[in-house]
This record gives sequence, structure tokens and C-alpha cells, in this order.
Amino acid sequence: MVHYVLIFIAAVFVNNIVLAQFLGICPFLGVSKKIDTALGMTAAVAFVMVLSTLCTFLLQKYVLDPLGLAFLQTLAYILVIAALVQMVEIILKKVSPALYSALGIFLPLITTNCTILGVAIMVIQKDFTMLESLVFAFSTAVGFGLALTIFAGIREQLRFSELPKSMEGTPIALITAGILAMAFMGFSGVV
Amino acid sequence: MNKLKIIANGLIKENPTFVLMLGMCPTLGTTTSALNGMGMGLATMFVLICSNAAISSVRNLIPDKVHIPAYVIIIAAFVTILQLCMQAYLPLLYASLGLFIPLIVVNCIVLGRAEAFAAKNGVFDSALDGLGIGLGFTLALTILGAVRELLGTGMIFGLSVFPEDYGMLLFILAPGAFITLGLLIALKNIWFTTY
Repeated sequence: MVHYVLIFIAAVFVNNIVLAQFLGICPFLGVSKKIDTALGMTAAVAFVMVLSTLCTFLLQKYVLDPLGLAFLQTLAYILVIAALVQMVEIILKKVSPALYSALGIFLPLITTNCTILGVAIMVIQKDFTMLESLVFAFSTAVGFGLALTIFAGIREQLRFSELPKSMEGTPIALITAGILAMAFMGFSGVV
Repeated sequence: MNKLKIIANGLIKENPTFVLMLGMCPTLGTTTSALNGMGMGLATMFVLICSNAAISSVRNLIPDKVHIPAYVIIIAAFVTILQLCMQAYLPLLYASLGLFIPLIVVNCIVLGRAEAFAAKNGVFDSALDGLGIGLGFTLALTILGAVRELLGTGMIFGLSVFPEDYGMLLFILAPGAFITLGLLIALKNIWFTTY
């Protein structure tokens, strides 16, 4: 049990996917203007990430590895993820319209979110078991959500501050993210 | 369109990093040194040129409904080729760029150019567009990498400029990437509004 808690803490705080590993920067800068949208995006990412990691893990262990096709990893994974996102979208629309209207607009964006493919490849590189992989995928999504929500909160405040013209928009967002990353560096060495 | 204009367009007017602000993940993740930045830029350029040319040559055969998945598969195929070649011939660079090589598949620049340029233009023009955008990306990554390397370790491309004691490790670490890129974009804004 302690082992899984450690994976969780490492993925959320120490090796935060956005602030320490630079994955998922596009949604981090793109949908972080309001806390509501940040939370919606996080939920969608968490859902898809756990599902896709499960699928790609099984694909790797039961199809690619036994057949000696490991070199097709990238191609196979992106296909599975793209298909999965489409399927989730269709199923959600049918089964739970409420959830679909909350997550719907974020789902198409997720195919090109590099955290999904990144985590799928990472769990194979780290040689995790299936349960470890799922815990890792979920914790990574939590870490993504944490960074995104904090950042959205800061940006809501940032709108009211006066900035030099050249710093408006992306530059100040990046510098804010840098300071946030500095804060997260305080966690390094915890686990 | 003038052939040279296509290249210059990608290099400056539509520079993927400083103007379009696409493909931020590899931009921040791989620029710990000028050499790494340049390696990542060139790797992306290879995929851009090949995928643009390939997509442009089959653009009339792909049904409209499935064009995005089809593009992604073409791009993924070239990324796999790149991965295998780099593992064979440049194992050191491949190791230091790590995860970001397979992640070229989901780099929005590549899919973005396929959609915005290759789907509408001829094969040769599309390859040139890939070259221009790729060069722009390489230039941006090399500049960012050089600034970070200089501030972080006092070296550029491994050559000492400052004595080693002046290095600020922060610029090699994660926060430095965000801050340096933010300041560089702010500088670009000043430059573009004054000139």
C-alpha cells in the first residue's frame, strides 16, 4: 500500500507532469483562464488517461511484445488513443448527456494532449505492473489538475493587474508558470 | 507563391514558437542546452518535411471525414522511422531527448501544418513549407537553448564563455525554461512593435 502512496506523491508533487516534465503545456496555457474550465479539463483528462493507459498497457503486454512488434509502439498507441477518445465521446453522449455536456468540448482536444501518449509510454519505460500503471496514470492526472487549477486561480487575479504592453498574454503566463515551477521544486527529494 | 517566401514565412512571419506559440512541450522540455534544442528542432523538421510532402501527395485520395486520423497515422509512421534511425545512429542525442521524440506525433505544429498548408498545396510547396517551419522551430529552440545554457552554465554549444562559477543552475532546471521563454517572447513583442 505504501508503495502506491509513494507513486501517487511522486507523480503529483515531485515529478509534476506539467511543471517538472513539460508535458501538456498547451492545455496548461490554453484552458487555464477560468477555474471552472480547468476543472472540466482535469476531469476529462483523468478519465481518458486511466482508460487509455489500461488499453495501451494490455496492447503492449499481450499483442506487441509477444509478436515482437515493439517498434510499432508509437503508431499503435496513437491509434488506440484516438479511437478511444472518439468512443468515449460517442458513449458519453448516449449514456450520460449531463456528463457529456460538461466534458464534451474538452474531449476532442485530448487526442493531441501529449500527457496521454506520454504517460502510456512512460509506464512501459518504468516497467510498472498493471495496478501500478493505473495508479500512476490517475496520480499524473491529479498532478495535472493541481497545476492547472492553481495556475487558473493565479491568472484570474492576474487579469486585474497592470502590465507592460509587451508582457501581456503569454509572456507573463510563462513567467508565472516559472515561479510556480520553482515552488514545486521544493518537493524534490521528498520521495 | 514565391518559393523563397514560403521558407521565410515559416522562419519569421509564422515562427512556430515565437509567433504561433505551438509545440510548447518540446520547446520547454528539450532546451537544456543549445545542442539539445537544435537536435530536437532538426528531428521535428525531418518529420515536418516528410509528413507535409506525403500528406500533400495523397490529399485528394483521403475522404474528408477521416482526414485527421489519416494524417496522424502518416505522421506517426515518419516519427517511427525517425526513432529507429536515431536509435541506430545518434544514440546519445536520442537518450537525452528521451520521451520527446515519440511525442513529435502529438506536436501541434506538425498536424497544424498538415491541416493548414499541405492539405491545400502541391507536394513541392508543402515540403518547402515544412522546411521553413522546421527551420523556424530549430532557430527558436537553438536560441532558447543557447540562452539557457549560457545563463545556466556559462557555456554555449559546450564552449565556455563565462567562468564556471557564474552559472545559475536555475536556468537549466524547469523554472528557468518557463522564465526564459517568457522573457524572449516579451523581447520579440518589443521588437515587433518598435520595428
